[in-house]
Amino acid sequence: MIAGLLIQIARVFAVLSLVSIGGANAVLPEIRRQVVDVQGWMTDAAFANLFAISNAAPGPNIILVSLIGWQLAGFAGLLVATVAIMIPSCTLAFVAGRAVTRWSDKRWVGLLKEGLVPVALGLILASGVSMMRTADHDALTIAISLATAVFVVFSRRNPLWAIAAGTCVSIAVLHLGAFHP
Amino acid sequence: MMTIDPKRADQPDDVARTVSKRELFLGFLKIGLLGFGGIAPWARHVIIEERRWLTEKEFAAILGIGQILPGPNTMNASVMIGDRFQGVPGVLLCLLGQMAMPLVIVTSLAVVYERFATIAEVKAALAGAAAGAAGLVLGTALKMAKKIKPTPLALLVGSMAFVAIGLLEWPLVPVVAALVPLGIAAAALEHRA
Repeated sequence: MIAGLLIQIARVFAVLSLVSIGGANAVLPEIRRQVVDVQGWMTDAAFANLFAISNAAPGPNIILVSLIGWQLAGFAGLLVATVAIMIPSCTLAFVAGRAVTRWSDKRWVGLLKEGLVPVALGLILASGVSMMRTADHDALTIAISLATAVFVVFSRRNPLWAIAAGTCVSIAVLHLGAFHP
Repeated sequence: MMTIDPKRADQPDDVARTVSKRELFLGFLKIGLLGFGGIAPWARHVIIEERRWLTEKEFAAILGIGQILPGPNTMNASVMIGDRFQGVPGVLLCLLGQMAMPLVIVTSLAVVYERFATIAEVKAALAGAAAGAAGLVLGTALKMAKKIKPTPLALLVGSMAFVAIGLLEWPLVPVVAALVPLGIAAAALEHRA
């Protein structure tokens, strides 16, 4: 029954949306648990595959959820999963944004916004380092990460140039047979 | 397409910039399309460097609010940015813009993945791109810090967030719950001094 499956997809991801403080990466273990263990929608290996594919694509990390929906129920599944993971958290963000704007002349709102700035900075830096831990497994990939970081800090040009260069270097080194096993 | 909204123009904090619906959609379409390794660095690049919709500090504050709410921080930020410039239609355009291309690309990748995943060049390219994306996030944080020039107290709070999550790998929710009050206290102290 496709309708039953769609409702189940909507329910699972709408709940996940409400608890996903920190975005899809923070609730990744819970997504895996729901999809593989609780619902039995796919094997661990199939889930890992989808995770790898969603990482190779651009966009918000929650496209992993869209991809899971697509795998389970085609285009309808993609739509239902995407909408379910987006609506609850986006609605909250909308309400919170309006509240902050409405009370923007209050002192505590100014302090809240200012106090959040260093936390946000620290967390972005942390996610950069944890992404490096996952992505960098030899001297070459470490060098690519650091070179890209330097480019971003000192250049206003589009970072895509740096990413493209890193990709090309990685392929070139493969052919030279230097660093990669 | 530029219109001046008198309600916004007299707000002291506002950069007196208006962004049309079309600009919002195209901006976020680009952010989504470029967004390898998560969209925060790309959103910053397009919104701050390229189009100057917000100041560095406004962007960081909005991202900070996005962080303490459930959902991806940049997506939450985009909801607030869309609402700020164009209300509900702006929100919908920002969301549609950032999801459209990634959804097309991810499903296309899924179709061809099995066939290409074992090719050595593809593996090398993905490894290089992933390493680059990690460096991009790292560089974005450093550049934001460089431009915002946090006060010593703010720097301390930011460093604590980095050490707790990035180095010690503590769970996110309690760390954020502990550090947000500290950040607010730091901001309050700076203003008193």
